[in-house]
Amino acid sequence: MNYQLRVNPIACDAHGVCAELLPEIIELDPWGYPILTLAEVPAGLVEHARRAAAACPVLALALVTHPPR
Amino acid sequence: MVIDLHGPGLWYATRAAGLVTLLLLTLSVLLGVMTAGRFSSERWPRFLTVGLHRNLSLLVLVFLTLHVGTTVLDEFVSIPVIAVFVPFAASYKTFWLGLGAIASDLLLALLATSLLRDRLGYRSWRMVHWFAYACWPIGLAHGLGIGTDRATTWVFALTVACAAAVAAAASWRLVTAVRVGAR
Amino acid sequence: MTGPTLAAHRSPELRLPRLLAGISYYDIASLRDHEQRYGPLPLWGGSGRRRPGRLIDVVEASGLTGRGGGGFPTGRKMRSVAAGAGPAVVVANGAEGEPASGKDRLLLTRMPHLVLDGITLAAYAVRARTAYLCIHGQEIELRDALEDALAQRRAVDLDPVPIQLRGIPGRYVASEQSAIVQYLGGGPAKPTFAPPRPHQRGVRGKPTLVNNVETLAHLALIARFGDRWFRGAGLPSAPGSALVTVSGAVRRPGVYEIELGTPAGRVVTTAGGPAERPAALLVGGYFGAWLPAESGWRVPMCHAALKAAGGAMGAGIVVVLPGSSCGLAETARVIRYLADENAGQCGPCVFGLPALADALADLAYHGGRGRAVERVAALAGLVDGRGGCRHPDGAVQLVRSALRAFGADARWHDQRGPCPRVARAPLLPVPGDTDWDWA
Repeated sequence: MNYQLRVNPIACDAHGVCAELLPEIIELDPWGYPILTLAEVPAGLVEHARRAAAACPVLALALVTHPPR
Repeated sequence: MVIDLHGPGLWYATRAAGLVTLLLLTLSVLLGVMTAGRFSSERWPRFLTVGLHRNLSLLVLVFLTLHVGTTVLDEFVSIPVIAVFVPFAASYKTFWLGLGAIASDLLLALLATSLLRDRLGYRSWRMVHWFAYACWPIGLAHGLGIGTDRATTWVFALTVACAAAVAAAASWRLVTAVRVGAR
Repeated sequence: MTGPTLAAHRSPELRLPRLLAGISYYDIASLRDHEQRYGPLPLWGGSGRRRPGRLIDVVEASGLTGRGGGGFPTGRKMRSVAAGAGPAVVVANGAEGEPASGKDRLLLTRMPHLVLDGITLAAYAVRARTAYLCIHGQEIELRDALEDALAQRRAVDLDPVPIQLRGIPGRYVASEQSAIVQYLGGGPAKPTFAPPRPHQRGVRGKPTLVNNVETLAHLALIARFGDRWFRGAGLPSAPGSALVTVSGAVRRPGVYEIELGTPAGRVVTTAGGPAERPAALLVGGYFGAWLPAESGWRVPMCHAALKAAGGAMGAGIVVVLPGSSCGLAETARVIRYLADENAGQCGPCVFGLPALADALADLAYHGGRGRAVERVAALAGLVDGRGGCRHPDGAVQLVRSALRAFGADARWHDQRGPCPRVARAPLLPVPGDTDWDWA
């Protein structure tokens, strides 16, 4: 299973909770909006990514799965 | 251990659980306001606000269950189970008890929609969540009006403190929202 | 004149015009004029001999791609809408958001019946029960002219699915595909992000076909003359003709019909040639790219070649920048306009584009501190791909192409401040802020 994080830019309101919970993959730009620094979520961080997505107050972060190619 | 269904034990339990429910609910509302207002400081990250808000809300349910459970079990006053969910169905202190039922129903709706947020989508969840601003004052009014602790000063003072805290938080929220402005 | 005269010929002079064959620059073509020129609407219904799917086959075989900027294969789009669940919706996008483009306006004002034929044929092919033609709400004259054309058709019961004329808000992002779909469904005219895409679930949840009006005009001709005829012009990889709007420092600015694959320089020559020595060409509009004149002159106008040159075909726009203008100043003005025209939905665009516009204005009009180019490039990277639609991406593409095409100028500005050419009268059209709103 390949895991990817996806930000819905319209829903995102720069709460910044995701960046606190997953600093390895999510950084904030100068205006507080998330930048994903990795295209894929490494296996060891999948649980953290799941929690970060659940913690978003506006459900703007999603953990998407793709079957391996 | 035998629970005396006639003595004052259950009655004390009801009042205690009710008070704790109010305190926890107040804290939850405060944390909810802090989430929306993006409160954070050097030692208080935002995920703490979000996480505590959710966990305390679940804890509210625990104490609410205790409060409601002891009320129904208590045979000193007859309050049918149905009165827990259907407002104004009890004969004892119909109005104030009814408020409690309304607040409980609202809380259950808030919790259920929040737990199912992924399926519901953000918009529907948000619409229901506005009812938190109705749930809390109705619960508070229920506590004040039910009259069990009208004479107890410290309980009254605690209730007033809860009200003041939420009022302060709500004003802070309004002020910061106006300053940020609409995008 | 009828069909055979418009059929493919070997000699290039006779392959065009196609869309503009029936054009009169003084009159609007009435329904009768239109039918005399092109023949009657070839509606493939009723007789049972031809099926809706057959028209989609022909469109696919013709290789027609979208003429609104996306360049997506039209046949494939029609097929996925036809395969969708439930009755489909056809939306003709005539809301020309690009300030430098005039082709849609020309088609709709001078030859509306070609477009209306296209809508009816598309509706037939995808089995749609609703059809909309969208224009900007403030274009009252256009709306009146189109109402007349529709009335002429209604008088003879020409369109089985009635075509509804809709005015949409005049903002730049309002004419984006998903914004129109949302607006027609009763929402705001702003782009949406989450799937599904319009061809699966569009207006009110129905599979929706959104096409530029020029694409539908081509469809109307393909239905009459076939896919082989369509492929008689253009390139095998980019078949057919297209309308381009040529403006800037050129002798005869206007809308011209070209074969796809025509080098950009030849397009400029067709428009009378440059009025001054050209420094660069803006190809593809405000989401396109600047090409330096020497290399840009030879670039074939088609999606693949322009993409390879770092740009885009867009809605077929060519603006000639003379040597007396400053490309950086022009770009700064355009980016300021695009920044003001954001939909207000996504942080990186709402905050990043104005910052990018500030940095570019700094480079163009102030400069002199040696760090402006770096700042522009950094902000462009920060904004690219992080919005809910292609708005910031398009702006970034333009900015990056400006830094490439005007690289020497940029370095000069960075070290020494604005060049004297920034004082020249502005060239690129940037609409002033009027009372457009979202409603």
